[in-house]
Amino acid sequence: MLIKSLVAVFLAAILTENYVLSKFLGICPFLGVSKKLNTAVGMSVAVTFVMVLATAVTFPIYMYLLVPMGLDYLQTVLFILIIAGLVQLVEIILRKYIPSLYNSLGIYLPLITTNCAVLGVTMLVIQKVDSTSAYTYTYGHALVNAFGAGIGFLVAMVMFAGVRGRLESADIPKSLKGLPITLVAAALVSLSFLGFAGFVDKLIPLA
Amino acid sequence: MEKRSYIKELTKGIIKENPVLCLVLGTCPTLAVTTSAFNAIGMGVAATAVLICSNAVISLLRKFIPDKVRIPAYITIIAGFVTVVQMLVKAFAPAINNSLGIYLPLIVVNCIILGRAEMFAGKNPVLPSILDGLGMGIGFTAALLCMGIIREFFGSGSLFGMPIMPVQILIFILPPGGFFVFGILIMLANKLNSRAGKKVKTSPCDGCPMSENCAEKSCEKTAKEATVNAD
Repeated sequence: MLIKSLVAVFLAAILTENYVLSKFLGICPFLGVSKKLNTAVGMSVAVTFVMVLATAVTFPIYMYLLVPMGLDYLQTVLFILIIAGLVQLVEIILRKYIPSLYNSLGIYLPLITTNCAVLGVTMLVIQKVDSTSAYTYTYGHALVNAFGAGIGFLVAMVMFAGVRGRLESADIPKSLKGLPITLVAAALVSLSFLGFAGFVDKLIPLA
Repeated sequence: MEKRSYIKELTKGIIKENPVLCLVLGTCPTLAVTTSAFNAIGMGVAATAVLICSNAVISLLRKFIPDKVRIPAYITIIAGFVTVVQMLVKAFAPAINNSLGIYLPLIVVNCIILGRAEMFAGKNPVLPSILDGLGMGIGFTAALLCMGIIREFFGSGSLFGMPIMPVQILIFILPPGGFFVFGILIMLANKLNSRAGKKVKTSPCDGCPMSENCAEKSCEKTAKEATVNAD
């Protein structure tokens, strides 16, 4: 039952509730860094890493520190500060100890502080915690959801990098060139993801 | 500063430097909450309130915040005001709180607000900063409302909740409709801009406040150009 629900959470985060294409979180990097495949992958890996790390830290802090003390209104301020601090810390650690990884991922890190997908995932997993429901999120669910959200981001970025590669050689009307055609292409990619609606519930019935 | 330039600070955000359609900032809320005109206004007003307050405080503190930690300091100030606005909306407009959901606290990472702090409030006195915040906020709200009206009209066949059309094209209020309508609006804005002989923005990174840290070479270049143009 637990493993089943974890798989369901993971697949839902990638396909049916894709953070970029159906929740509109992290649109800036999605449109900005998806021109080339290698930058798209680098950015997505960095985002996945920070998402999991941020959720791993914020979830217990919220549950075991803020809620018992009645400070849950501090969520927004605290979470953004934790994310900013974590990103800085990861950057320093990577630069000092794993320079090769820093060279490939480090350049994306400063941008991630203000990536709304990271803040969004840490806040959304907390909304799913409801002790009265049978489908409440545990710490494991939260981490799997964060990882799935990151992989979903990667899938969307890689697919979109491919689409944009084809657009480069296409003959596009002058006024649509640049951002407008990118957005229309994003609409079509997002449309294809609508096909997954209801997919996870049918594949893994939880009830 | 004379009166005329105050008016200029206020009006530039509404059309000439519209944060959404010309600078392409704040795309996430623009796409996410514009499924109805009411939501669009709620989001716009909340973001405008945060923008005015944070611009005012950041401008007051601009001589005390060390340059190296300015981004974290700005984010903390913005997060404080977002929490205040969030609590006010929860108390006085619970319906808007429910329909905006997660996107209300996510105003913290709305790049319009950080962008204005970085580009304007951190360098200018209080009054122009407040006017700049108000103007940009109105521009943001206007663009959201535009999107909201189009998507609600086609998607649910209504306007501000009043049923108008018997036919509904559901796709407009689904995520793909958001991308599509936004693309078409940017196309129109580009067309109007190029007709007026202005430079057309082609990259979403052009107005991004973080673009100087960005990996994309094109971003760095355009960011430098933008600062040169601003000077």
